[in-house]
Parts: sequence; C-alpha cells; structure tokens
Amino acid sequence: MTRAHPQTDLTKVAAQPATAVVEADDRARSRELRRRRIRRRILLNLARIALLVVALGSWELGVRTRHIDPFFWGQPTGVWKQLKVWITDGTAQGSLAEQILVTLQEAVYGFLIGVALGVILGIALGRSRFLSDLLSPFIKAANSIPRIVLGSLFSIAFGFGLTSKVVLAVVLVFFGVFFNAFQGTREVDRNLLSNARILGASRWQAVRHVVLPSAFTWILASLHVSFGFALIGAVVGELLGADKGMGLLIRNAQNNFSPNGVLAGMVVIGIIALVAEALITALEKRLLRWRPPQMAGDAGI
Amino acid sequence: MTTNSTGNVIELNGVSKRFATPSGGIYTALRDLHLAVAPGEFCAIVGPTGCGKSTTLTLVSGLERASGGTVEVDGVPVSGITPGVGFMFQNDAVFPWKSVLDNVAAGPRFRGAGKRQANEAARDWLRRVGLSGFEDRYPHQLSGGMRKRVALAQSLINEPRVLLMDEPFSALDVQTRSIMADELLALWEQTRPAVIFVTHDLEEAITLADKVVVLTAGPGRIKATFRVDLPRPRKAQEIRFTDDFVSIYSEIWEALRSEVETAYARTTSEVSA
Repeated sequence: MTRAHPQTDLTKVAAQPATAVVEADDRARSRELRRRRIRRRILLNLARIALLVVALGSWELGVRTRHIDPFFWGQPTGVWKQLKVWITDGTAQGSLAEQILVTLQEAVYGFLIGVALGVILGIALGRSRFLSDLLSPFIKAANSIPRIVLGSLFSIAFGFGLTSKVVLAVVLVFFGVFFNAFQGTREVDRNLLSNARILGASRWQAVRHVVLPSAFTWILASLHVSFGFALIGAVVGELLGADKGMGLLIRNAQNNFSPNGVLAGMVVIGIIALVAEALITALEKRLLRWRPPQMAGDAGI
Repeated sequence: MTTNSTGNVIELNGVSKRFATPSGGIYTALRDLHLAVAPGEFCAIVGPTGCGKSTTLTLVSGLERASGGTVEVDGVPVSGITPGVGFMFQNDAVFPWKSVLDNVAAGPRFRGAGKRQANEAARDWLRRVGLSGFEDRYPHQLSGGMRKRVALAQSLINEPRVLLMDEPFSALDVQTRSIMADELLALWEQTRPAVIFVTHDLEEAITLADKVVVLTAGPGRIKATFRVDLPRPRKAQEIRFTDDFVSIYSEIWEALRSEVETAYARTTSEVSA
C-alpha cells in the first residue's frame, strides 16, 4: 500500500510522540481502506448493470436485425410491454396481484409444511438409530424418483384448487430440509449433549436446547434452496391444471404462442424468489447471532 | 448428606471398563480400580495419556456404565446420570447459542426453576466468578479463560456434592491457568463439594488437591496415592516454590515417571510398527 501522507518529513515525526504518529497512520490507512471498499462496490455494480445491458441489448438487437425470431424467443421490449399491460390492465384471469398472491400462498403453505415435516423427521431419524436404519432405504428411493411427476397424480387426486399445489410443494421441499436436519442432528457435539444431561436436562430438553439449535445452522442453509423448490412446486402444479396463479398465466401465454408472456411470468416469479431469499437471509442472520463472524472480511494490509 | 458406612461420597471398587474398538477388538481402559473420595475432599488423578483418567469421571457421572465392579456415589450405585454431580469438560461445553446468563441459568431451568429465579441465581454466580457485566455476551465473544469461568459457574450453580473436572484448564495458557486454579480453590471453599480433578499436569494437581492419585499406563489402575498436606488457602503462583511442594513433587514424580515412560514407549512403538 502506498503511504497516505507522503508530505510527512522526518523532523516532524521526531517532534511528535511516537504513538500519535502510529495512530494517525492507522487512521489514514483505515480511511484509505474504506475508500477502496466503496470504490470497489460502485465499480462492481456498474459492471453488473453493464453486463445486463449488453445481454438484453444484444438480444433486442438480434430481434431487430432479424437474427432472432421473436415469434419463438420473444424480445426484451415485448416482455416489458407485457408486464406493463398486466400491471395496468390486469390479466385475462384477473389482476396480476391476485395471481401472485395465489401462487405465493401455495408456495408458502407448501414451504412451511415441508420444512416442519423435514425438521421433525430429520431430527427424529437423526436421534434414533433404529428409525434411520428402518427408513433410510425408503427415503433414499423416494428422493431419487422424479417427484415433479407426482404433480399429475396430485392434480387428479386433489383437483385444481390449492391442495394439489401445496402437496406438490411439500414433496419438493421436504427432502432438502430433511437431509440437512438429519445431518445436523448427527453432527451435534457429544460434549454439549453430555453437559446438558449432567446439568439436569430431560431427553426433550436436550433436544430443545442442544440438538435443535445445533442442527439449525444446517436447516437454515437448506431453507434458501427450499423456498425456490416450493415456488417450483406451486408453479408446476398450476401448469398442470389450475384456475388461477402465475403458472396458469404462463400456460395461457404458451397456448397463445406468446413467448413474451411466458418470459414476463418468469420475471415476476424471479422477483418473488429474490424477495423471499432476502427475507430468509435476514431470518438467518437474526437466528444465528450467536455464531462468530466469518473471518473472510479481514483484508491484509 | 447421606454417605455409606465408610463415610465416602465416591467409592469405586474393583472397577473395570472395556470398550469395543472400531476394528472389532476390545480395549481395556480401566482394570480393578479402587478409589474413594471423602466429602469435601479434593482428589487429583494424574497419569500418562490414555490411562483411563477421563473414563473414571464418565463412570462416576453416569455418562458411561462400568463393565465390572461397583461405582457408588453417596452410597447409591450409579445408574443413569448421577444426581448432585457437576462436570467440567476438557473442551468447551458451554452452549454457543446461549448468552452467558442463559448458559449459567441452564441447570436450574432444566431442573424446573422459574426463569426469574434461575436468572437471579445465575447473576449471583456470574458475580462470584467475576463475570458481572458479561451477561448478554455469547461464548464466542469471550476469551478462553472467561469461557472456563462460565463453565465453572454453570456447574456450581447446581450446588453439586461432587464436582468432576476433566483437564478443564489444559487448553489455557500457563498464566491464565494458575489464575483459574486460584479462583477454583476460592469457589471450592464456598460450597466444598468433593472433587475429582483429572490432569496430566502434576504441578497443577499438587497445587489444588488434598490427595493425588497416580494411575498406571493403561489399562489404568492405581499405582500410588499421596496426601498433600500443604496449608490452605494456597496461592498457585507462590506455593510451587515452597520446599514442601518441591519435595512432594519429586516424590510423586518418582511414581509417575515410569508410567509416563511406559506409555510413551508404547505410542512410539505403535508408530514405528
């Protein structure tokens, strides 16, 4: 690193107490580091925007110069127009907000139920050797089949309403959470468990105060992926048959040969997923306050 | 306090402990161990690595069951977790997701005390171990010595009649270690539980204990028992330079040395084999 104050000459340094010089130097360095960090962040965001502009711009350009057929692939301005129409005039099946709410409700229900089941079963199997030996081949088998296909079955069994989508989302969410909860339970520090037992914890208290918080680190990591799965479950469920929701909107666009409609639906779902991701990250930060901060932030000087 | 006919809080008679090794063999950690600790007595166990020192503690606490012989606490054979026992582990066993206050209050809370009552007791114990003002911190925000104090308060708040300590200070630096030894003695004087203190550090053992037990290289059995009649209160930093201390040290070291050498020879031959 270059010195921040080259004007400091030797006579000045000799006149000051040594510690003051060091402190001033440290302050200058940390100011400089902060400036660099901010500059880097601005640069990064500019580069990201540029990347997006280039990608979308070349797509649009390809359409305008007739290298890409918008009948099959759509075009960015078309997607934007479609979104504007949905927002201002609503969709053929009601307002856009209503479609979003329907899909969101299915996804959130599926997510919550799937997470609850995954956590409970994961911890139960993680704690019980017998249960895990008994059930693990079945769970592995169930995990390896393409579960999305079950959506067809559910829409036959549960109809076009809320239930079939929720059940499909649950099936998709469950496994990721389950495996993480199971592994998290297995990795619990035996010392901590022994300590809790000696301090007087009952079996249930040991689970509540040691196993659960310890497994939580693992479980929270799986939640990021899981909400995405819940959304997929809800949307696929709607594609297979529904009377409302984002999936139906996309399907109708498909039936009308409107690639812009399909893509606009994707954009909306993508925004939902990003918001959910931010919420889960905030939750994670709050629940894992007790963890030491990661060391990655320390830059060498 | 109920004690058995011999007046001891802890009695191990002819105790053995065998473990199944992952390769399918049997490993004998303890063989025919006899040990008795009187109420309020501070007993240190020293011995070479792998001689079953820690195993002895897990048997007394009820975390493990003896393979043979009898283990009695307060005249009652140990089955399940022994009531009235505190345990300080070698590694940090404070709960990282609980604040300092909640960590110390955990014992009373597990035992059914109300939140306010438990917190009050926990504050009192934090004051005694010199951690007032750190109630809301999480363990990772504390130094190693401070975490040990939390662990100590966490154990002592249950007012155990028996305190088991498994090399609790071995991870600390030498200076912090002798400070912790002084604090442990001061706290021990307040409630006077019977203590079994496992360590590989002979100096620490003599500083703290009324009685030092030397175990043989595994399978562990008692080689010799020494009384340490140094006057209390003791100061860890000073006591080690007294003549009495030095003579007891050399006496016990005489018994310990051959065991350490045996154990060392075994580990090196295992490596070369």
